[in-house]
Amino acid sequence: MRDGRVVKGVRFRDHRDVGDILALAGRYRDDGADELVFYDIGASPDGRTVDRGWVERVARLLDIPFCVAGGIRSVADAEAILAAGADKVSVNSPALAEPGLIDALARRFGSQCVVVGIDSETAGGDYRVQQYTGDPRRSRDADRRTLDWIREAVERGAGEIVLNCMASDGVRRGYDLVQLRAARDACSVPLVASGGAGAAAHFAEVFRDAHVDAALAASVFHSGQIAIPALKAGLAAEGIEVRRE
Amino acid sequence: MSGRSVVIVASGGANTASLVYAFERLGVRAALSADPAEIRDASHVILPGVGAALDAMRRLRESGLDRLIARLPQPVLGICLGMQLLFDASAEGPTPCLGVLPGRVERLGAGPDRPVPHIGWNTLERRADSPLLEGLRAGDRAYFVHSYAAPVADATIATTEYGAPFSACVQRDRFFGVQFHPERSAAVGARVLANFLGVR
Repeated sequence: MRDGRVVKGVRFRDHRDVGDILALAGRYRDDGADELVFYDIGASPDGRTVDRGWVERVARLLDIPFCVAGGIRSVADAEAILAAGADKVSVNSPALAEPGLIDALARRFGSQCVVVGIDSETAGGDYRVQQYTGDPRRSRDADRRTLDWIREAVERGAGEIVLNCMASDGVRRGYDLVQLRAARDACSVPLVASGGAGAAAHFAEVFRDAHVDAALAASVFHSGQIAIPALKAGLAAEGIEVRRE
Repeated sequence: MSGRSVVIVASGGANTASLVYAFERLGVRAALSADPAEIRDASHVILPGVGAALDAMRRLRESGLDRLIARLPQPVLGICLGMQLLFDASAEGPTPCLGVLPGRVERLGAGPDRPVPHIGWNTLERRADSPLLEGLRAGDRAYFVHSYAAPVADATIATTEYGAPFSACVQRDRFFGVQFHPERSAAVGARVLANFLGVR
């Protein structure tokens, strides 16, 4: 999300406009998406909070859960977004700057409302957390190992982890199964795979091989390359449990 | 749906807006209130709840709403934590609850492929007929987000399985409860809310 429009980049850069928020949200709801995540990618690097108006419009429209991410720096920020009708808030860069934010959010709203998003790069045989990834000029190593940060976030009260494997993001070659398997072992709360979906088979393999609880994708759905009903029918045919109307 | 006045008990939870919108989509205006007179006058009362049982019970007790809600004669629907509060007690705290339904809410057991909180779309298995479940079909799924759950008991009208079966929907007389979020459970959830509004 940027300035009221949905945008999508490749490896967190070169974002293109893909449409109006409400139109896309309605389309995905009708297609059978199980949850929507809205990232205000400019919010954290710009030092601003997501505008609340669109959250309320989305909440009125959707009858499936949705999560809002971007620039949530305080309990008050989160409260405004949840009060507008979002089901969960996701924190990323601000939680790296002030990890106590996770504890505070979990205490106030319960772990089930608190998602910690992690942008992770592969470097020197290890996984490293990246911060301020919404802005290529400010994106930097957060000086933390990804698996350590997952454990800490869960301990502090995160109810869900969204792991975005940056090397895979937007390039459609499949989820980073090796990294996600390692994350699965480190993560005792629901784990959502993000980054790399390029074909229906990638979804089946991430559920089967990495045991994630959900798979998140953007490019393949925005472009129309993968239709959600067909994707779910395929997953069901492979014995993977999915919701279908 | 005229003639109905739906009041959502304002119990301090942060995200009651999504419930208001869910009723809006059904063409019903639901008011958010902690005023005993308004709650008493409502045709239908919703006890929502997101957060921790101990805090929620403390807030209800402080405002005297605990005694009021437990004695309401009109249809009452507890949602998620709101359903859990209908029971005798919750392990989350622990705390005594409203005591409308016998039993104690317990923490879900985590397992290797079963993280807690439980977040997901799960099937509802009907255990008894109830106006709340009217029109639902076998295999229908609802959206759950919770770490605690009520055991299967006399009041259970539908169950869901997460490691072990738990109460997904309960009813005793005009007290109803759903562990899932009907406001975020697509057509299935809308049907459950409409069914509840149909109870007189």
